[in-house]
Amino acid sequence: MADTSPIRPNIDVEESASYNRHTLAYIHQAAERGVYDIRGLGAKRQVPTFDDLVFLTASASRYPLEGYREKCVTKTVLGTRRAEQPVELEIPITIAGMSFGALSANVKEAIGRAASETGTSTTTGDGGMTPEERQSSKTLVYQCLPSRYGFNPNDLRQADAIEIVLGQGAKPGGGGMLLGQKISSRVAAMRTLPAGIDQRSACRHPDWTGPDDLVIKIGELREITDWKIPIYVKLGATRVKDDVKLAVKAGADVVVVDGMQGGTAATQQVFIEHTGIPTLPAVRLAVEALEEMDVVGQVQLIVSGGIRCGADVAKALALGADAVALGQGVLMALGCNSPTWEHDGKKVDATDDYEKLGTRVGFCHHCQSGLCPVGVTTQDEALEKRMQPEWGARRLTNYLKVLTMELATLARACGKSNVHHLEREDLVALTVEAAAMAKLPLAGTDWIPGA
Amino acid sequence: MASMNQTTQFDLARQTVREANQFLHDVLEGGLEDGNVHQVEILHPDGNHSIAAGIDADVVVDIRGHAGYFVAGMNCRATVTVHGNVGWSVAENIMSGSVRVKGNASQCAAASGHGGLVVIEGNASSRCGISMKGVDIVVGGSVGHVSGFMAQAGRMVICGDADAGLGDSLYEAIIYIGGEIRGLGADAREEPMSRGDVATVAELLEQARLPGDPRQFKRIASARTLYHWNADAGQEY
Repeated sequence: MADTSPIRPNIDVEESASYNRHTLAYIHQAAERGVYDIRGLGAKRQVPTFDDLVFLTASASRYPLEGYREKCVTKTVLGTRRAEQPVELEIPITIAGMSFGALSANVKEAIGRAASETGTSTTTGDGGMTPEERQSSKTLVYQCLPSRYGFNPNDLRQADAIEIVLGQGAKPGGGGMLLGQKISSRVAAMRTLPAGIDQRSACRHPDWTGPDDLVIKIGELREITDWKIPIYVKLGATRVKDDVKLAVKAGADVVVVDGMQGGTAATQQVFIEHTGIPTLPAVRLAVEALEEMDVVGQVQLIVSGGIRCGADVAKALALGADAVALGQGVLMALGCNSPTWEHDGKKVDATDDYEKLGTRVGFCHHCQSGLCPVGVTTQDEALEKRMQPEWGARRLTNYLKVLTMELATLARACGKSNVHHLEREDLVALTVEAAAMAKLPLAGTDWIPGA
Repeated sequence: MASMNQTTQFDLARQTVREANQFLHDVLEGGLEDGNVHQVEILHPDGNHSIAAGIDADVVVDIRGHAGYFVAGMNCRATVTVHGNVGWSVAENIMSGSVRVKGNASQCAAASGHGGLVVIEGNASSRCGISMKGVDIVVGGSVGHVSGFMAQAGRMVICGDADAGLGDSLYEAIIYIGGEIRGLGADAREEPMSRGDVATVAELLEQARLPGDPRQFKRIASARTLYHWNADAGQEY
């Protein structure tokens, strides 16, 4: 029999909205430890995402392509503006910059192999270029970061493109941090630092500051590489429209915009959750900037930050991106947050190792610790063996292929024979927030909030 | 264009930086089998940027006049002399060889340099030697604020004075200064000069062909209090 007794308010057990248990735990922990939290991966808070958009695929008014028979082109060319040798990729899904130091050499090799197998590019990170990475990567983008760890002209001349990093979505305006437990002797030597220290990376470049200087810096890198390879400029998504315009004006061939869902190896929690804007509005603002400068088709746009599946890729392209870059998805394909790792074809349980970190499978973000239970974000000799390059490359290749097939499936269903023909008209938004951020109509209406 | 066995001139009043740099890069590609030291003279630099950037060859380059940003950027092996002043970031990321500025240098001289020798005969502006990673720097005059910021390795000799923030967040680089220090940066401290330090200063002054009494220099190095994350350091970290 149903309880029909009236509900009486009991303020003695009413949780405060402002000071709920989550906030209390944060305050108690801050008071106890006196330090802020540093962690890996990206924002955990709920923000409007590509999940809030859906495709209006073909029916009577649009003509679809046969999903399993008719070809859908995925070829992608980046850096056509000024470089003699643009980057030519088989798919519009690239691998974002992640450092050797944050990741093991095995992981970098696995990424390079998978990228080469699928015909896409991979990117160095804040630790320089390793021989394993160069050898395994057919197309390798060399990052020029504020720290300049390991940055040298020999590696520069071996690169297929240069990416000048002004910021990243997880921590726009912030520098890097690699705690001592991950500074192995090899990592330390590559970075010209003592082993075992907590290493800070600068947030500003050492040799230039404002956008006027960036023009000259890009000019220098072009001179050093004889104008052969494209130059990308990567931005954390904050004042996207202004920043993209300044990057284009400075001479970038490709602009990379990283939304707030983008990951990191180690950054303050307050940065990860409270800076930057989501990828959804960032891509729209970046495209508007390119349109207003009349450089669409000349300057390519890569979007990153929370791209997880083929639908995300398709939506980013439909909004105007030329390609996407994946970071966290790549790590997860390699086993991040998996309950097991593989040894001689057998699965080995890793749940105890998650517990030792004070976390559980599915929730781990302890990349900063160097104690990754599945050997992905570690420099520990024993742990890094848990992710073997052959195994990882196979998994990542599979993942990239699935994303590509999903992308092409959606494109065909929208009647496109080329994934780059996806367009804004193919999309509507499911929420008012997403409609406003993407400037798309709310599903079933002609209403674009704010338009 | 003249033959490789004699001095080759580029006049930037009539030719482009691109032409000059392409030639300097082609010296590398062509090889140096004849054993000669090749000389390149660049006239009328007139503040142009990126002159002689990206050389990887045993070549002597003389730039006759004032030059702009990134002169001799990422230099390998070449001996580059600027007979004038330079803009920002001369010899940035230098790997080897030497770069000499007969006049003054603007900000960020030898930023992130990994090796080789950079000599500024006049003054260097702020952030001289920022993020240096093994280069040796000798400044005949004074340096601006926050010079040696986050300097990781290498040695910097300053014959004159230093503005505030000298050696802020130093790692393993060592700074020697002959003049006054307006203020040290976070985690930088003065340490006693050893005999080895005096010998080092003498050696670097000799290489730089600059006068000075090595015994009058002070040694600035990292106190290493920032090497490990410290909750009590507050805004210092």
